[in-house]
Amino acid sequence: MRSKQVFLTLVIALGAVVLPAASTPAPLTRGDLRWLGRVTFGIDSATIARYRDLGRTTYLDEQLRAPATDAAPIAAAVATLPSLTRSAEAQVKANRAEQQRINALPNEDDKQKARMAMNQAGNQTVYETSKRHLLRAVQSSAQLREQMTWFWMNHFSVFQGKANVRWTTAEYEEAVRANAFGRFSDLVMATALSPAMLEYLDNAQSATNRINENYARELMELHTLGVSGGASGSTYTQQDVQELARVLTGAGLNLSDATPPMPANRQALYVRRGLFEFNPQRHDFGNKTVLGRTITGRGLDEIGDAVVFLCRQPATARFISRKLATYFIADEPPAALVDRMVRTFQKSDGSITDVLKTMFLDGDFQKALDTNGDRAAKDAGKFKDPMQFVVSSLRLAYDGKPFTNFRPVVGWLQQLGEPLYGRVTPDGYPLTEAAWTSSGQLVKRFEIARQIGSGNAGLFNSDDNTPGPLIGFPMLSSRLFFDAIEPGLSAPTRAALAKASSQQEWNTILLSSPDWMQR
Amino acid sequence: MSLSRRDVLKLAMIAAAHPLLPVRAIASQAFAAPGAANAKFLLVFLRGGYDAANIVIPVSSDFYYEVRPTIALPKPDAANPNAAISLAQPNEAVTWGLHPALKDSMLPLWQKRQLAFVPFAGTEDLTRSHFETQDSVEGGLPVAAPGTAPRAYGSGFLNRLAASLDARAVPVSFTDGLPVVMSGDVIVPNVSLKGTGRAPFDDRQMGLLAGMYAGTRFEPLITEGFELRKTVAEQADAMAKGDAGGAMSAEMIAANRNAITARGFELEARRMAGLMKDKFNIGFIDVGGWDTHVNQGNAQGQLATLVASLGQGLAGFADQMGPAWNNTVVVVLSEFGRTFRENGTRGTDHGHGSVHWVLGGGVHGGRMAGDQVAVTAKSLNQNRDFPVLTEYRAMLSGIFKRMYQLDNARLAHVFPNTSPLELDLL
Repeated sequence: MRSKQVFLTLVIALGAVVLPAASTPAPLTRGDLRWLGRVTFGIDSATIARYRDLGRTTYLDEQLRAPATDAAPIAAAVATLPSLTRSAEAQVKANRAEQQRINALPNEDDKQKARMAMNQAGNQTVYETSKRHLLRAVQSSAQLREQMTWFWMNHFSVFQGKANVRWTTAEYEEAVRANAFGRFSDLVMATALSPAMLEYLDNAQSATNRINENYARELMELHTLGVSGGASGSTYTQQDVQELARVLTGAGLNLSDATPPMPANRQALYVRRGLFEFNPQRHDFGNKTVLGRTITGRGLDEIGDAVVFLCRQPATARFISRKLATYFIADEPPAALVDRMVRTFQKSDGSITDVLKTMFLDGDFQKALDTNGDRAAKDAGKFKDPMQFVVSSLRLAYDGKPFTNFRPVVGWLQQLGEPLYGRVTPDGYPLTEAAWTSSGQLVKRFEIARQIGSGNAGLFNSDDNTPGPLIGFPMLSSRLFFDAIEPGLSAPTRAALAKASSQQEWNTILLSSPDWMQR
Repeated sequence: MSLSRRDVLKLAMIAAAHPLLPVRAIASQAFAAPGAANAKFLLVFLRGGYDAANIVIPVSSDFYYEVRPTIALPKPDAANPNAAISLAQPNEAVTWGLHPALKDSMLPLWQKRQLAFVPFAGTEDLTRSHFETQDSVEGGLPVAAPGTAPRAYGSGFLNRLAASLDARAVPVSFTDGLPVVMSGDVIVPNVSLKGTGRAPFDDRQMGLLAGMYAGTRFEPLITEGFELRKTVAEQADAMAKGDAGGAMSAEMIAANRNAITARGFELEARRMAGLMKDKFNIGFIDVGGWDTHVNQGNAQGQLATLVASLGQGLAGFADQMGPAWNNTVVVVLSEFGRTFRENGTRGTDHGHGSVHWVLGGGVHGGRMAGDQVAVTAKSLNQNRDFPVLTEYRAMLSGIFKRMYQLDNARLAHVFPNTSPLELDLL
């Protein structure tokens, strides 16, 4: 009798320990969760499960090795976007032909109608390109690749409203995404020879004797070395800008099918890849001196030579390392950590994977995350930019459940001032808090939190807004919430949640909380 | 030989630089510069490049009538309601006329001498791109040499003005996002007046939301954001709902950057006045729809409709400001003017020089300010559009100098590498 009681007690006790452990493993530590909140756009259940299986180092390795190929459900969704099945070259040429047809139309009203149709097609292409980006950001498990795609698209920013850029952005993004974890100089080259960048920063206009310095300057100031005289230690001069611009001459676009005429000795140097063209007739074949290095005039190879040289400058290692740390860690990242990233950058000849690994596994990174607890302190958390705010909210709200219509998401990013491919100037969106904490911005975020929290926001409609299945508001007070978010909430946020009058209001409060605004 | 007005102004500037000369004796005495403490400034940006030549019209120019066969406004004629209204001033290179759609709104302000026009005004930026020019105008920095990129992104001249005024400045942007002109070191609240104006949350909800931010570094922003929305809502409740605006081409929508269409502008403008009267002293709003490539019309038509609403809005703003109007200066500008010749589609294309408007209870108005040149084929910039004789940065610098008594160092912070131009506007 007595032994049976002991057994039963033991079974109950074991059950209390073992059974929940089998179905509900112990929650991750707050340090782990915060770390995951930086590696990803925002945690979801799948992220937590995977991290629990693999542990931090292996999870990070898996993220850094995630291929650029989309997983099947995302690939299937992307395949339904018509403009993405056509090459940039085909679209630009079709657009050009249509423009010529319109110009020849005799009737004003017909012209007007045709122009509007063309504009609509352009808008649709921008939407479909944005949709692909957002599908991946919200739904892909390769979260670090998607974040790095956003980061590099912002670093090598192009504006879709200029010239033909809207038709070439989708291919541009694929080139950037494919190189997101590779060698930094390969990434720079991919952008340097892309139709989108050549057109956006006017290098396509630049030719020997008709130099346009725009791209040469930004290549040094914004893409590699950082501004001269700035914190990266960059010291290029106006002379260097002009010399680099000479190196870059000849790289441009050819929107026609014709090959420009040139003497036989130049023809061997002519290069044509889709819309990209290197035209030796426009190239300055003299020798150039960039940052003290002589670049022998010989054609397209000069550009690769110059780019690799720029990427190996200590200023580039520092500029890029610090920018990454600013995005992922803090507005003022720990200096010693940045130093270690710089050393990795230089040692690995600009391996982005190696630099990210150094950063994410650094003790100072964890220390920065651990001091996050004090929400009142300045720089206690990293304030989410609009993209991170919107995407993390959707990942939490729908937790792996795919939705179809991204027009509301595009609209929210627009309202919050950070539309994809919408930065007019080449400097990209700011990565620090001050840019995103206007009072209008915060109240707008609360309104968007309510739209996400109190209904399906039209996310399950089709792209043309045909109503989709009847899906109500999301349930944010989920297992995911109690495992991953609730333990870290501040007392005032808990107090506000406790006063919510409905689930919808509860959702709105959570997504509006200062805890949620920071990563 | 008499001195030209420009010579007098030059003398005035020399005098201003010389502490022993009685500067005020040369400058206009009619208006005492508003004290910096209660001075208010509103910038109205017409996005899309408004066709200045058809609003403030060079009616003495035969060339105007020659090259605008279908869209020109008839010469002033009291019997013709579609004719331009004479703004004739003695001894001017050009006789100007006002678009008749402004007869009931802006003409009274002109007659009260509270409205001045600055013809041949604009920027040195010649890209003729909406976005590049809007951004470079809003940035307010010297235009970069051709072939080079603009410098120093991310700071606009109204933000730098606010910074230069220290604690005196209470800036606000009546826009969805923060425009370039208002971005920079000073945190500027923004609220769009485009919507219904309803408060997004009720008091209880606002209390819950704000409560979460108590003690955080965001607390003052949240308070400010809610207060602003509440004030806006209260005003919206008090005012009738306006027309939301009609159909626009896709390019117009793009060029507008979601700016409020002028149709609904009077309502917005009155709400703005309510906010600026009580709380803010540096404001910004943009109005879109001005990119009139096709069928822009003349006395009637799309441009007439737009400018009528703009005028009603500005008149409504002046009215709603009440006594504060006397300390208020409103400047209306656009990124560029349009081609002087009409195009093949009864519209106009992207041009250069424009006409800026300066309004206010204390403005030395009822006159054209700044240099002028006879409007002929020869005087056009690049044989295409109005030349720029008055650079907008110098003009605004002169206005800010008078409004706020800023010293040269502070003016140079707002507009680097330019000298304030005294146009006797205040």
